[in-house]
Amino acid sequence: MAILEVHNLKQYFYLNPGLLARLAEGAKPRVIKAVDGVSFNIEVGEIIGLAGESGCGKSTCCLAIAKLREPTAGTIQYKGRDITHMSKLEILEYRREVQIIFQDPYESLNPRFTIFDLVAEPLRALRIGNRWELYRVVVDVLAMVGLDPDEYKDRYPHQLSGGERQRVGIAQALVLDPELVIADEPLSMLDVSIRAGILDLIRNLSKRMQFSCIYVSHDLSILSNISERLIIMYLGKIMELGATRDIITDPLHPYTRALISAVPIPDPAHQRPVPNIKGEVSQDFDLPTGCRFQGRCPRVMEVCRTEDPTLTEVRSGHFTACHLY
Amino acid sequence: MKRILLEIKNLKTSYRTEKGTVKAVDGVTLYIKENEVFGLVGESGCGKSTLIRSIMRLLPQSAQMTAEMLRFSGYDLLSMTESEFREKILWQEISLVPQSAMNALNPVYRVGNQIMEAIRAHREDDKVERVRKTEDLFHLVGLQSAFMKSYPHELSGGMRQRAMIAMSLVLEPALIIMDEPTTGLDVLVQERILRKLKLIRQTWMERSGATASILLITHDISVIAEMSDRIGIMYSGQLMEMASAMDLFYEPYHPYTLGLKNSFPSILALDSDLISIPGAPPNLIEEIPGCVFAARCPFAIPECREIRPEFREVKPDHFIACIRTDHVEDFRRLAGVKSTWQS
Amino acid sequence: MKLEAIKNFTAGQARIITKNKFGVFGSVVLLFFGLVGILTPWLAPHDPWVSLYGADGCLAMLRPPCLEFPLGTTIMGRDILSQMVYATRTTVLIGLVSGLISIIIGANFGLLSGYYGGKLDEILMRFTDIVYGMPFLPFLIVLIALFGRSLWFVIIAICCIVWRTSARVIRAQTLAIKQRQFILAAKARGCSNFRIIYKHIMPNLLPLLLLYTSFNIAWSILAEAGASFLGFGDPSNLSWGGMLYNLWISGKVRTAWWWFAWPSICIILLVSSLVFISRAYEEIANPRLKQR
Repeated sequence: MAILEVHNLKQYFYLNPGLLARLAEGAKPRVIKAVDGVSFNIEVGEIIGLAGESGCGKSTCCLAIAKLREPTAGTIQYKGRDITHMSKLEILEYRREVQIIFQDPYESLNPRFTIFDLVAEPLRALRIGNRWELYRVVVDVLAMVGLDPDEYKDRYPHQLSGGERQRVGIAQALVLDPELVIADEPLSMLDVSIRAGILDLIRNLSKRMQFSCIYVSHDLSILSNISERLIIMYLGKIMELGATRDIITDPLHPYTRALISAVPIPDPAHQRPVPNIKGEVSQDFDLPTGCRFQGRCPRVMEVCRTEDPTLTEVRSGHFTACHLY
Repeated sequence: MKRILLEIKNLKTSYRTEKGTVKAVDGVTLYIKENEVFGLVGESGCGKSTLIRSIMRLLPQSAQMTAEMLRFSGYDLLSMTESEFREKILWQEISLVPQSAMNALNPVYRVGNQIMEAIRAHREDDKVERVRKTEDLFHLVGLQSAFMKSYPHELSGGMRQRAMIAMSLVLEPALIIMDEPTTGLDVLVQERILRKLKLIRQTWMERSGATASILLITHDISVIAEMSDRIGIMYSGQLMEMASAMDLFYEPYHPYTLGLKNSFPSILALDSDLISIPGAPPNLIEEIPGCVFAARCPFAIPECREIRPEFREVKPDHFIACIRTDHVEDFRRLAGVKSTWQS
Repeated sequence: MKLEAIKNFTAGQARIITKNKFGVFGSVVLLFFGLVGILTPWLAPHDPWVSLYGADGCLAMLRPPCLEFPLGTTIMGRDILSQMVYATRTTVLIGLVSGLISIIIGANFGLLSGYYGGKLDEILMRFTDIVYGMPFLPFLIVLIALFGRSLWFVIIAICCIVWRTSARVIRAQTLAIKQRQFILAAKARGCSNFRIIYKHIMPNLLPLLLLYTSFNIAWSILAEAGASFLGFGDPSNLSWGGMLYNLWISGKVRTAWWWFAWPSICIILLVSSLVFISRAYEEIANPRLKQR
């Protein structure tokens, strides 16, 4: 049963060109198609990874799901209800169930709040619980993320290390006992020796508190460890979707193949194949007709230049958008 | 046998701050050979950036550096004057690609011009020669010469990084120091840059017999594994272990190295358990008696907190700072078990 | 819980202010004047409006400072010390009230303008621009001409001009803070706009707000002194500027130095003390000013 269904999500940004550009080229407002028709489901209780390089639209997707940005088109259905048009009250209800863990632990905590206040803030903002209930919940959540409440509750963010701050960020997201958690690259700003701990924490809490998770990252090594299913995005569209194991061991899309062969392996004896991909990363405006990967694809065909491939099921549960299949 | 290019003995650099003296580098001894890639691994705050600045004489006023030896290819860097260093060593023998180098390009000058400036400052006065050299460098790093006329903001992060690498190669230095050259770049871009680096060294070797060593600094163990011939592991201002890449990965000695290996997920080992090292790196202002890693080490005994371990050679070309090397077999076995690290 | 927070806050502010020498000086002076203002009825030896007679039985006209009248007397035989004490209360009160009202107006303009942007920002900022063009004295004169003299008109006129600068500065800072990720996080956790503005953004503006509060109070005092000196103050509520006005119209400026000295010195002292205190905040609001 799916907890979240995304149908044909689109997020376009319109740039108004400057006066000179308009005179020179003739008024062509530039459109950046950050997300250009993305559809996927998240099953209850699963951790699904959303992978892609910078500019692929994964963060934009997140913001749309978290209702921090209004999508240009498409629908998102949470537990069967369309969330794209909601009243203020309904949005607050939604926030109780869908939360987000941010990437930068140094920027996502208000420096003026104590740790206790930070974790209590979601409850206070939504006016949940009285003073004693609040206290209990906050203390419990802090303990759950591995921070001793007595030691930490009166401290300020600047007194904590990056790893500790990220734990506070996780506590903030979980204090409302959400059903769906969006994790936006929570490890990328942390030291490598503490990443494993935070990753484990997210994984364990997901089982314990029973929430589904969409984990966004550009790091396939991390995603291969934590996510059960994986979505690979490129320039606003999904290139491949399936079980993590399937995608890593048997990648279908040429882009996925190139990505996987580019991931460095922590083993000096291992010889990695050279990624089969041409050119630089393309821009996300002025996209060509047909498949957006055509300029870099080693196996590009005629049809790729005219028709944009749709996401089709090639093997059981393993989808890809490529004319090769 | 390769000759030693850069030799550092007991380098110490400290900063004076209002809160006390920060011992950013606390007695580092290492050497880099000719024609090799030396990877220096360490997390944030371990002192690797300060180490580079100490070698390159880029320290601020409030810093104090001492060393028993700092030799580069026959030059004694400690006794050189500022001007001697600038004329003979800086950029000609040792060049630097700093962290976030892609942001170090001057935004108001074209990229090609900036590289030609660097050439002119040090050698070539003939304009035609300079253009040719710059084109050559662009090709070497994999950029089309058309981009010489571009401004930095017109290039992507990866391309700017390559331009900075080109800038560091201008005078064909014997040692190129690269501080986190691919951090912040996407995996495909990173892969291409690293592959290019390997190619550059090969091309130079074939073309003019000139060899280049690279001091590669990063926190990414996977990158280090792929690129380095020899590796040094730095923690809290000191070197914990130094060995060839194969030795370090297949026969590690130091508990910190063992811990680091555990915490890196590999795309090849889908079901492996990730184990993290509890605690956090220490405050560099505090005086820590004994081993700096003892507080987080699952194998520490009381002696570890009293005597600072010597950085000694346990095997040929394999150095380690630990007093318990005799138990290394047990350590290697136990490090793979999650419960060892949860104390 | 709240009492704890207030205690911590004031202790924290005290620490900030006393950290540098200027701040200490400023706070001592401020405290002094504050106390004088509070303890006025007990401190003033005489009624400031009553013409007094000296020990010798004559009207104590223009007496220089002596044992009987430590600060001297006016042309009407009024004790300057008593006048100073009462005037302190008036001046400090006007300064405080105007300063606080103007910072409240300015801060809210800045916060709402910066946070909401768009049409509201346009409207508020254009309004601010218009007010920038308003001259202080003519406005006060018009008020007096229409409604007569009153302490409150002085306060209103001062407020109307002093809030302008703080509005712009606070708007700029709000814009900067609005971009930071913890504000997005607050939104994601369900905070209403109101809550975000006043609970999340404003505390981060605190050093700036306190800085401008000090400035506003200082400017208000100066504005009031100027207006009163020119005769536009409230004659029934004496202030330092008012005393100088009385001196001026008596024509005895050249001779009665004591009548001139004390009000002037006090104005300078009080305004400088506020500026010194704001220096302490400036170092926090702009950390680059901190000495290495």
